[in-house]
This record gives sequence, C-alpha cells and structure tokens, in this order.
Amino acid sequence: MSEKIISKFFDIEDSHTIEIYEKHGGYETIRKVLKQWTPEQIIEEVSNANLRGLGGAGFPAGRKWSFIPKDSPKPKYLVINADESEPGTFKDRYVIDHYTHGLFEGIMIASYAIGAHKAFIYIRGEYIRQTERLVEQIEAAYEKGYLGKGIFGSKFDLDLIVHRGAGAYICGEETALLESLEGKKGWPRMKPPFPAIEGAFHSPTIVNNVETLAYVPTIIKNGADSFANLGSERNGGLRLYSISGHVKNPGVYELPMGIPLREIIYEHAGGLENGNGIKAVIPGGSSSPILTPNEIDVNMDFDSLAAIGSMLGSAGIIVMDDSTCMVRALYVVTRFYHHESCGQCTPCREGTGWAEKVLKRILDGAGRPEDVDNLVEIADNIIGNTICPLGDAAALPIQSYVKKFREEFEYHVREGKCDVKGQ
Amino acid sequence: MPKITIDSTEIEVEKGTTVIQAAEQIGIDIPRYCYHPGLSIVGVCRICLVEIERMPKLQVACYTPVADGMVVHTNNEKVQQARRAVLEFLLINHPLDCPVCDQAGECWLQNFYMQHGLYDSKMVEDKVKKQKALPIGPNVMLDSERCILCTRCVRFCDEITETHELGIFNRGDHTELLPYPGQELDNKYSGNTIDICPVGALTDKDFRFRTRVWYLTETPSVCPGCSTGCNINVHHNDHRPYKAGGIRVSRLKPRYNPDVNQWWMCDEGRYGFTQVDADSRIVAPQKKTRGDWQLLSWQDAIDEIATKIKGILKKHGADAFGVILSPQMTNEGLFAAKRFFQETLEVENIDFEVVAREKGYADDFLMKADKNPNSEGAKKIGLSAVDNSGLEVAQMLADAKDNRLKALYICHHNLEKGFKKEEVKEALSKVDLVIFQGTNQNSTSNLANYCLPSASFVEKDGTFTNFAGRVQEIHKAVEPLGESKPDWTIFRNLSKRLGKSMPYFEAGDVFNALAEEVDAFKGLSYEKIGEHGVLLNGHRASTEKEMGALVA
Repeated sequence: MSEKIISKFFDIEDSHTIEIYEKHGGYETIRKVLKQWTPEQIIEEVSNANLRGLGGAGFPAGRKWSFIPKDSPKPKYLVINADESEPGTFKDRYVIDHYTHGLFEGIMIASYAIGAHKAFIYIRGEYIRQTERLVEQIEAAYEKGYLGKGIFGSKFDLDLIVHRGAGAYICGEETALLESLEGKKGWPRMKPPFPAIEGAFHSPTIVNNVETLAYVPTIIKNGADSFANLGSERNGGLRLYSISGHVKNPGVYELPMGIPLREIIYEHAGGLENGNGIKAVIPGGSSSPILTPNEIDVNMDFDSLAAIGSMLGSAGIIVMDDSTCMVRALYVVTRFYHHESCGQCTPCREGTGWAEKVLKRILDGAGRPEDVDNLVEIADNIIGNTICPLGDAAALPIQSYVKKFREEFEYHVREGKCDVKGQ
Repeated sequence: MPKITIDSTEIEVEKGTTVIQAAEQIGIDIPRYCYHPGLSIVGVCRICLVEIERMPKLQVACYTPVADGMVVHTNNEKVQQARRAVLEFLLINHPLDCPVCDQAGECWLQNFYMQHGLYDSKMVEDKVKKQKALPIGPNVMLDSERCILCTRCVRFCDEITETHELGIFNRGDHTELLPYPGQELDNKYSGNTIDICPVGALTDKDFRFRTRVWYLTETPSVCPGCSTGCNINVHHNDHRPYKAGGIRVSRLKPRYNPDVNQWWMCDEGRYGFTQVDADSRIVAPQKKTRGDWQLLSWQDAIDEIATKIKGILKKHGADAFGVILSPQMTNEGLFAAKRFFQETLEVENIDFEVVAREKGYADDFLMKADKNPNSEGAKKIGLSAVDNSGLEVAQMLADAKDNRLKALYICHHNLEKGFKKEEVKEALSKVDLVIFQGTNQNSTSNLANYCLPSASFVEKDGTFTNFAGRVQEIHKAVEPLGESKPDWTIFRNLSKRLGKSMPYFEAGDVFNALAEEVDAFKGLSYEKIGEHGVLLNGHRASTEKEMGALVA
C-alpha cells in the first residue's frame, strides 16, 4: 500500500508552482478533457470512481454534480469549501500548501463538468498563508492562460476567486458558507432547495471540499476503476487522514479508504507516546461519536463507521491516552460547539450553552447526580431537531462520551474530582 | 390537489400548501413562533415540529409543503416531547419577569407552556444576561433577554417596509436582536413589530406599564386616520379605567383584512387615537356669551339653535345658509345631515371638502394623503358642492366675508388646515350664527357661537367608505364621553324639533335608509356588511396582484 496521489507532492520542493506541477504531469488531464471529454462523461467517470464528499458528509461527488439542472438559464457556480474548521482536521491546508495546482486542475475539470464559468474558493480566515498562496498561484495561472477567457486555448472560460471567511465554524456548513459568500451572516439555509438547484446568488451551485476536488484529475487521468480499487466498496480511492493527540507522529497520512483505524494509529502514526494505552479515539473530527479501544479495529470508510454508530466525517483522528479525563475532554468539545453555534435555531443555540454550563459545574466539583442524565437529555433534544448538522455535531459527543464513560462522569459528580491518574 | 392525512383526518389541499396551513384548514393549531403568514418562512424556532410518516426526523410544519399521501402526526408522544424540549430551550435563558412584563397575558411563551409545556424545569445554571429596556426607536422598547430570536421583526423590516433597520448580532446563546449600528427602528410602520413579537421583547412605549392586558376588551373597528380604512381592534379598559388615569382607550391593534390592510397598520393611525380621551374633547353643548363659553343642556341647545336657524332662513332665505360637512363623519352622520339640511331646511350650500394646504404623507402601501376615512362615502352620498349646485367651502367663506352668508354649520373641520388663519377668522366673525359640531375643540370651534359635542369613532356604531369603495363598520367600544352623541342623532333631534322626524333609532336604521336612497349603496344592508366590509356598487375588489404589492 504505497500508492500516493496527493501526498507525494508534500515532500517535493516548490510543488505548489505551475512549473513543478507540470513537471510531474500536471495540467495534462484538463487539456485532454477540454478537447475530448463531454461533461456527462466526466460526471460518469467520477461517479464510477466512488469518490465521496471528503469534507465530512460523504455524499457521492459524481451524483452531486448530476443534480445541476441542464436547462437552467442561470449561471452555474462551483464553490470550493476550504473552511476547514472541524477540530482535529488539517488536511485541506496541506493540499493548498503543496498541491495547489492539483486542486486548481480539479476545479477546472469540475467546473467544465457542471458548466460553471466562475468558481469561488471559500477559505477559512485563519488560513492566511494559504490564502496568500492561492492568490499568488491563481495569478500565475491567469498569466499562463490557464484561467480566464478560453483556458488552455479552448473555448471554455473560467474565473477563480478567493473569498476569505471571518472565522466562524458554521461557515463550513455549505449553505451557511453560501450566505457568507453572498456577504450575509453565516446562517444555514432551510433545505430544499439544495444548492445544486439554488445555491450562490440564487443560481445552481456545487459545493465541494478541497480534498474531493484534488482527487478529480487523477480519477480522470487513470480511470474510475483504478481509483475505486484503491479503496473499499462504495468508498473509492485514498483519503487524507489527519491524526493528532497522544500519538508519536501526528500529521496527515494519505491512505486507502477502509484501512483499519488501528493500523493508522500504530503503523503510520507510530503508536502512542510513552507506551501509554488508548482510552478513546475520535475517528472523524470532534463531532464524531467517540470510540473505545475495543472499537479501533473498525475500517475507516463511511459505511463501516456508520455501522458502529460513529462516522468517518473529515477523517480527523484524535487519539486520547489513558491519562485523559473524559469529562474535561467533553467539556472542551462542548465549549467549542457552544462558541460556534450560530444562534439561528433554538435547540442548538440554547442547548449547547446549557450543556457547557452543566459540564463546567461538574468539573468544578459542584455536580449533581441528575446532571449526567440531564446532559444526555439535552443532547437527545437537540439531535435531529435543528436546521443544520451543527446541532447533531454538538450532541453526538455528549451522547457517546456519557454512554461510553458514564462511570467517570458519575465519579466526578459523586466525589467532586477526577479519578484519572495524572489529572 | 394533494390529499394528506393529519391526525387521522383526511384533507385535500391546494398544491404548495404547507403542513401548518393545511392543519389550520381543519382546525388544528400547530404552535408557532417564527412562522407568520405575512412573512417569509425561516423555520428557526422549531416549535412546529411534527412527525411525518416515512421521514426519519421530525419536520417543521411551517416549511414543509404537503405531498400526496403524506401522513402527519401533530400531537403524538414524539411530537409532544420535541415541543416540550423546544419550549424548555426557549425558556432556559428567558427571564422570569412575567409579573412586570407588559406581554404577560398575551405571551406565546406563557400560552404554549400551558398548552404544551407543563414540565418541571431542570435548568439550575445562571442565565445569559443581555440588554434590557433599550429604546430602539420612537415607539419601540427592546428587552433582549426576553427575545426568542424568531426574527419576525427583522423580516417585517426587510420584507414589508424594506427599511432594514434590524439585524441579528453575535452567535449562540449570546445572539441578540438589535438595530444596525447608527440606526433606529423609526419607520412609518414600526408598531407592527410589537404586534408580531410573540413575546415581551418588543413593547410599545405608548403602552408600557399602563394596563394589564387582561383588563382590556377588544372591539372591532376601522382606523379613521386616512382613506385606506385599515381594520383595527380598539383595546379599551372597561374594568379599571381609574388605574390608567381615566384613559379608556389603551391602544389600537391592526385586525386582519385580506382585502385592505392584511395584518398591518401604520404608526400614524396606531398612535392617532389620543384625541379620544384628550382634554380638548367637547363634552357638552355650549354657547358663547360675551366671549365666554357657557354650558347648555341638549334640550336648550336644540331649542335655541332651532329657533335661530328658523329665524335666519325666514329673514335671509336658504342662500344665506352654508353647511360644511366632514369626511370624518360616518356614512350615517352624513346621510342624516343630508336629509336634515336638504329636506328639512331646504338648504343647497352643502360641501364637505376642505383641501388641506399641507399635503398628507402618502406611500404605496397603506398610507393615503387623504387623511379622512369617509371622503368616498361623502362623495357617493352626494355631498359635494357640485352635486347640489351650491357653494363650495371657499366660496362660502368668501360670501361670509362679504356679509352674504348669515349662518354656517361646520362639522368637525379645523378650517385653518385649508385656509389662512386670518381669512377664516374674518369670514366667521361676519356670520351671525356659527354652529360647530365635533369631537374636539380646535381653532374653528373657538370662533363659533355654539358647539355641539359629537361622539368619537370609538363611541358609536356606523360605517365608513374607504378610497376603494369598501363600506366597513365601526363599533361602539366605550360610551360617548360626557353629553356627546353620534352626529346622526344630533341631526335627527334637530330635524324633529324643526318639524320633520326621522325614524332612526340605531346606526343600522340610518344605513338601511341610505341604502334605499343612494344608488351606490343600493342592495347593501347593515346586517350584511360583515367583519371585512362590502364593496359599493360599481367597485371591484383589489386583484391578487395588487394585494401582492402589500405582501411583497
């Protein structure tokens, strides 16, 4: 399993420049596409490659593209979600830093497939260096005629615009992102209509994650099967796993879809520091339900994780060793979602703050026996009742931490302190 | 048309109907905060969650369109639990200041807690603190802690007035409704935000701490502030007027009429009722003797005025008599006046129109430049000077100045609004008998020899005809102040004293007589006007497109 697609550029000097990218076969695919491929063929190829939405939702990318209405008189837009903000996730930053033109080539192919002549990269405000890199490389691409009127000498026009977010987690949710892109407060929209029908500026829009688009050139170049076969059933190809926490070698690893979590932790990230044991693992960004050590043999694909009640999400793995206080860990996660709740709909706006206060009180030694069940009830009352998935993202950790580490919560409440060594 | 089942009742509704609307059609009230039929749908409050079979999650009834075969449960255990949960979430940071909150008694947090909540609160944490008693405009006070962020007021200012004063700031449970920096909620319709606020977040400066709402009685009526004739409810304090400093009418609220004002009314009309309880009210008949006003009984006033009128008509003839009626009067007052002056006295100089020198504010929504509620009625009843080949108001004043007019009967007008002060004063000083009939003193009444007290629009029954020819009813909410009487009663009494009785006992009698006599009103009857009014003959209802301009 030594196949690498994106990450092989991580160690190449100046891999973000056009020259180096082209030296490694970059921009060959888009030239061919513009001459020989129809948009329908591209969509079919991407569908067959089982490329899933790698921002976290895992929606099949090709199918998403096929929702763009063919007969709409409105302009179509491609929006690239580079608002990477899920705690534990830092892969898109690597893509932008080292595979800049690979991302652009994916954007070009996708734009051609959906008939978009304008694409927006919505990048999180904190990614200042990455913003500079994008702007600089977009300018270089314009100079070469790779962007703008008639790209690569074809009849296809494409403009690429970088839009910086202002630091709200919610703007990673695609409809909040579109609101923000339009200059409004980042509040998620009610669906339907879905963005493919009415997205940015009331026009058909596809929102794709950075990583998703970065795999597109390879799929078209090598064929759907070759990509699909790298992964598992219905979960094509490789993906970039961000791993952090108590491991020896945290970082971004490009590995096949469906690889066992244990293998990522112990073989690629070097296992835990000081030979400590695992207490818990977040498999797919801080919103995914937490796993216990006896669940880490799970295969890292969307379907396998869903089957054990968690989710692959953004593949941001956070490993916690046995010195971790789960009450404090949940408090940190909950405080984040409270801070980032957009405030639009009631359950998330009110429930996240309430849960944080309860957890804080427990940590301060003033917990009450009924608090533990109350936390779960708050979470139960948020889940499924909100406009966007942020409510679920806040509630799922509460449910899973309390369910899987209930004794620790009860000890905190009963004794007013932590029983974890080292805390 | 899709057929759906709601709580085991099957109903066929038009395509595009939402679940909340379909439920309404069969009398099922799904609770709502953010949903308002006159505003866009945002689905933020989540109180209207219902279960729809074959859908994994609960759905908001306000946003979900019906689909054929849909089976909806609006009140099963799962839905009730979600409602309780949403209520509890809304209340955890809501202050417990109901005892000092003006909304108490008409608060949808209170109402829905009683209908759908009734849980014991588990919240023991400190509540989030926000701004309280913040004046955000000339009429509206904001209490941010009470706000449940339904955004109805924001949408009203975005979609109805398109003035965009309000926004939602910050995030999470620190989210707050506020005017945009440097702005205040100062538009011509700002009071509507208070009406549509389901809680006590937006309160009326004009109403705060004056009356508890449960002491108020509602009487349907029509705003007399302009020729639109917005439908209103008069909220009057019948039970404890002494607690409100004797102010009987506490507030006006818009009343839904799909053909006129929908859910709205303007601030000018909303706050324009203060003359009803003002010190300037004329509360008894009076006459001026050597510069001083002296009170009279109705009996004496009618006797004296009848005698003087008779004397002048005998001596100078009907040409020396001028009558200035008012489009502030009801159809009934105008019709009784017409009969009295034309038939009993055989006077021809009758007019009603005094063109205001200062043009009234008008827009393309509800506010009309004609600030009278019944100009169309006066025209249709035939009270313009041209209808009677008599003198126009201006000519009457000119004739008065030249000593040709010996008597002038003025109803309600402040003539200074149409003519220069000196002109009015000079003209009226040369007329032997000036009778003023109206609700309140003004600079014209001060120039009269006699003042007769009229009941105000909240003190009588009757009808106005709006600019579009729609006849709408006003109803008596409170007793006429002092000795005041409806205009038609005064004319009936005068007429009887002068030899011709009118068989009118109620406003409806006058209206039905009017409907028999005046072509435009033919076929109408007082009993059939109904809560939304009826159109005069030859008038058509506004098209949906025209009404669309009101909603959009």
